Formats: sequence, C-alpha cells, structure tokens
Amino acid sequence: MSTRTLISPAQLARPRGKALYWVTFGGVVTLFTVVFLGPMYWMVSSGFKDTQEVVRTPPTLVPESFEPDNYSQAWNVMDLAGLLGNTLYYAFGALAFQLVLDVAAAYSLSKLRPVFGKAVLGMMLATLMIPATVLVVPQYLTVLDVPVFERNLLNTPWAIWLPSVTNAFNIFLLKRFFDSIPRELLDAASMDGASAVRTLWSIVLPISRPILGVVSIFAIVGVWKDFLWPMLTLPDPAKQTLNVGIYSLSNGVPVNVLIAALTMASLPTLIIFLIFQRHIMSGLTAGGLKG
Amino acid sequence: MSAPSLTPSKAGRPRHSQPPPAGPPSPGGSFGRSLKRNLTAHGFLIGAVLCFAFFSWYPMVREFFLAFQKTDQGEVSWVGLDNLRTVFNDPAFWQAWRNTLLFTVLALVFGFAVPFVVALVINELRHGKGYLRLLVYLPVMLPPVAAVLLFKYLYDPGYGLLNELFGSVGLPEQQWLQDPDLSMLSVVIASTWMNMGGAALIYLAALQGIPGELYEAAELDGAGLLRKIWHVTIPQTRLILSLMLLMQIIATMQVFVEPFLLTGGAGPEGSTTTVVYLIYQYAFNFNDYGAAAALGLLLLVLLAGFSAAYVKLSRAEDE
Repeated sequence: MSTRTLISPAQLARPRGKALYWVTFGGVVTLFTVVFLGPMYWMVSSGFKDTQEVVRTPPTLVPESFEPDNYSQAWNVMDLAGLLGNTLYYAFGALAFQLVLDVAAAYSLSKLRPVFGKAVLGMMLATLMIPATVLVVPQYLTVLDVPVFERNLLNTPWAIWLPSVTNAFNIFLLKRFFDSIPRELLDAASMDGASAVRTLWSIVLPISRPILGVVSIFAIVGVWKDFLWPMLTLPDPAKQTLNVGIYSLSNGVPVNVLIAALTMASLPTLIIFLIFQRHIMSGLTAGGLKG
Repeated sequence: MSAPSLTPSKAGRPRHSQPPPAGPPSPGGSFGRSLKRNLTAHGFLIGAVLCFAFFSWYPMVREFFLAFQKTDQGEVSWVGLDNLRTVFNDPAFWQAWRNTLLFTVLALVFGFAVPFVVALVINELRHGKGYLRLLVYLPVMLPPVAAVLLFKYLYDPGYGLLNELFGSVGLPEQQWLQDPDLSMLSVVIASTWMNMGGAALIYLAALQGIPGELYEAAELDGAGLLRKIWHVTIPQTRLILSLMLLMQIIATMQVFVEPFLLTGGAGPEGSTTTVVYLIYQYAFNFNDYGAAAALGLLLLVLLAGFSAAYVKLSRAEDE
C-alpha cells in the first residue's frame, strides 16, 4: 500500500508519529471490536447461560452456567428447522426467479435492444423513485387478488418470489455489466450461427460470473433480511420466515432460549458473508451508489 | 406513470461507442429479420415485464386510485379528498411527522457523520484494514429481528448492558425505550449500528480514490489535518457525500422496522410513531386502505423531490 492519505508518511516515520499511530491503532481496533463484535459475542454467550445468569447484573463475560440445551430447546420450541426451511425455500426460489428473469431482461435490454426497450427500462427504473413503503399497501392488495388471474397468493411462496423479480436495481447492475461486454464477441458468435439463448449461455454468462455472484448474494440476503413483506403476506405460522416466526414467538419463550434462537437465525447470513465477503464488498462499492 | 422522463437515461445509453443497428440492412429479408430479432428480444424481456406489471406498475397506479377511494365490504366508491381529511384530522398525524423528522435528523447526525469518520479513520490506518472493514459490515448481515431484539436486551432497564456501562462510569441509568424523550434516540442508535456498514464501505472506496498529490500540495501550503480534511477530502468526495445524504434522507423517512420491533411501533406516549407506522396501522389494523394510501401519497410527494435530486446528481456523476 503506497497510496498517500491524509497523514504524510514522513510524519508517520518520526518516532512520535509512530508511537501515536500505534496508540491510535490499538484504540481503534479495541473500540471497533467492542462496539461491533461485543453485542454479537453477548448474544452467542448468553445463549449458553441459564435463566438466572442471563438477567444477572453485572453480566458475566464468560458464561458460568453452560446450557447448550437452550439451543436445542429453541430449535424445537420455535420450530427453527421449519422456519429455516421456509426461509431457504423463499430465498433460493427468489434467487432462481431473479437470475432467470432479471438476467434475461437485462440481456435483452443491453444486447438485443427491442423496440420500446428504452421505455421499458425507463419504467423499471422509475420504480426506484417510488418509496418502497408507499407501495406496500397496493402490493398487498394485489397479492390478495391478482388481477386477470384472480388468484390469492397469500401464504404462498409466489408472494415472495414474483415481487422479488421487480428489482430494477439488479437489472440495472446487470445491464451495465452486459453493456461492457464487447459487441464483437457476440457478433462473432452469431456469425457462427449461435442463437440468442446460446450466446447468453455460453458467452455472456461465463464472463458475467462476478456480477452474477453479487446479484445472487443480494437476492438471498434481501429475502433473509426482509421483515414487513413476509409478515404481511405469510400470516400462517407454518409458512413464516425466520424473522417473522421469531418475532411472533418472542414473547412466549424464556430470554436465554430466545437469544439462542436469535444466534441461530443470524448464523446463515453471517456465514454466507464470511465466505463471500470479498465479492460482497466489491459489489457494494461498485454498484452501491447507482440506482 | 409520470416519471419515466426523470429516470437516468444514462442507463439506456451505451457507455462506449454507439453500436450499429444489428446487421447491415439487406433488402427483402430485413423486415422479417428485424421482426424475428424483436420477437426474441421481447421473449427475453416478457417474464420480468409481467412481474413489474403486476407487482410494481399496477400497484403504483393503484396507490393513486386508492387514495381517493373508500372500500367498504368490497364496495368501492370515490370519496375525493375525504381520505386526506381523515388523515389530517388524526391527532397522530403531526406527531408522526414530527417523530419521522426527528428520526431523520438524528439518523443524519449519527448515520451520516459516524460512517464517514469511521471510513476516514480506517483509511488512515496501515494495518488491519480488512478486519476493521469486516467488523463494520458484520451487523448489516444480521437479520433485523436478531439485531433489534439484541438491542432490546442491551437497552433493558433491569439487566441491560448499556445501563451497566453507564453505571460503571458513574452516569445515571436511563429508561432507554420507556422514556418518551429518549426512545427515538435509542431507536436511532440501534438503527445506526445495524445499517452503517454499507455507507462506511462506500465512503472508504471514495477515499481511496483521492489522489495523494492533493494532500502533498496542501501540506506544502502548510495545511494541518483539519484543513486537509476540509479543503481536500470533503471536496473530493462531495458528490458521493451528497448522493449518500439524499439516499439516507429517502431511506430514513421510511423507517418502520426498527421502531416497530423495539417499541411496538408507537412507543411511550406515541414518541416513536413514524409516518410509515401510521400507514401500516391504517391499512392493517384499521382496514382503512384509503387513508393509508392518502398518507402514502403525501410521503411520496415529499420524497419525490429528494429522488429527483438524487437521479440528477447520479447522472452528473456518470458524466
């Protein structure tokens, strides 16, 4: 790292600068660890405490009682397996729909350029200007009675999957990436007689792996983190997501069991993040501001 | 659909060279070919367009209609401005706007300044950047219910860690979520902790793009640390800062989940009732979709200005 920042390297090289730097460094690392990791550590460790210890003041840093039973109790009482299964089902379903339909749309808008393509893209991007919460009420009414088809999607996964496709931001990210693929590459393929599907599958998609990764992670995390929409559209307790299920059961279980449940609900996204953190971070900074 | 003209046309414009219209026009077959090309293209587009039509565009139009209608046991009637009147006459109306504004201002003070300072600090360090970046972003990955309930325990007046911390440095203990004067601040602190990671990383990326010579030049002019921040760092990141400011205003004006989970929505003496919580109440507790839509429309109108400014600025950034 040789890029110059606020503080000059010469200043840092002096003994006083060096000392100051290390003091600041230590302070920052400690502070950040306490502030960001502290609450999470408290969550994980409290999940192991017994009922008395979890509400004791001052709190114990290392659990004195050790009750892994809280975790299995949370798993059974709150039916975490069911909730987790539901959430995975919704998240990966939404991912599949978004990957197929949004990628196809972005490819069409970027490379096939249909008539009215620009108008369609404009209308898609226009949805980004409407505050999402304002649309929740009419969207909910639509789910209750989908026009033309006259279906009620309440308590069905479609209520999560289909609206997740209307992600103009993802389409925009994908389209921008596809725009950067040289036209000559695709022309060569079509010269060889490749169809549009074939070109998409064998040329565009392999090049686009990084952006597909980013979009996929956003799609999964989006469903995982959503609260209001699944709460409204999946009132049946057997069909709920982790977020909603834990929320609706949160008053009926002992604190330590609930905290154990929170820990388990947090683990999947944290693990996804730790595995894919480089992709997520680069995706964030590449596309974080556009929209 | 009134907005398409406002949308970033940069998206429709190729960034590099304008590609020639597909294939050289050959007499005779060109119409058939262009028809076929268009059919294929629309075939690729249709799935997403249908989803948008049903779950985005139609609800957008419906929002406008709903605001001027009343639904009574399946009977829809036009009521003109009645819904708006209902909303205006609700004693919670002004309180909700005041609370939302308070949340937005507090969230800007914390959620805007804190991540920028955090990014500045991380950028200056020569070690452990990866670890610090990871830490800052970690809470963003927690499901909101986990993060919010976690904070509910930290705020607990009985055994909460926060009061423990206050007590250990000699400060008086607080009724964080139960005190109407503190409840919104408590919500903002939790919200900032949960959400600031994304902003901090974006600032960090922007800071890394500042050419080092600018700092050198400033030093030659005898500028100290604060002057360098004021005259180099901030002007160099101004566009991103203003974009994030607009984005934050748009997002925080729509706050719902944090107060809903932390204080049940209304909070002590209605001190955390936000506009979106009021919309939620009208629609899902009182079954008054018309009032909910009317209030939603007001929020939409208010935020449209910020959205338009955002689009304009992000287009400027692209050029």
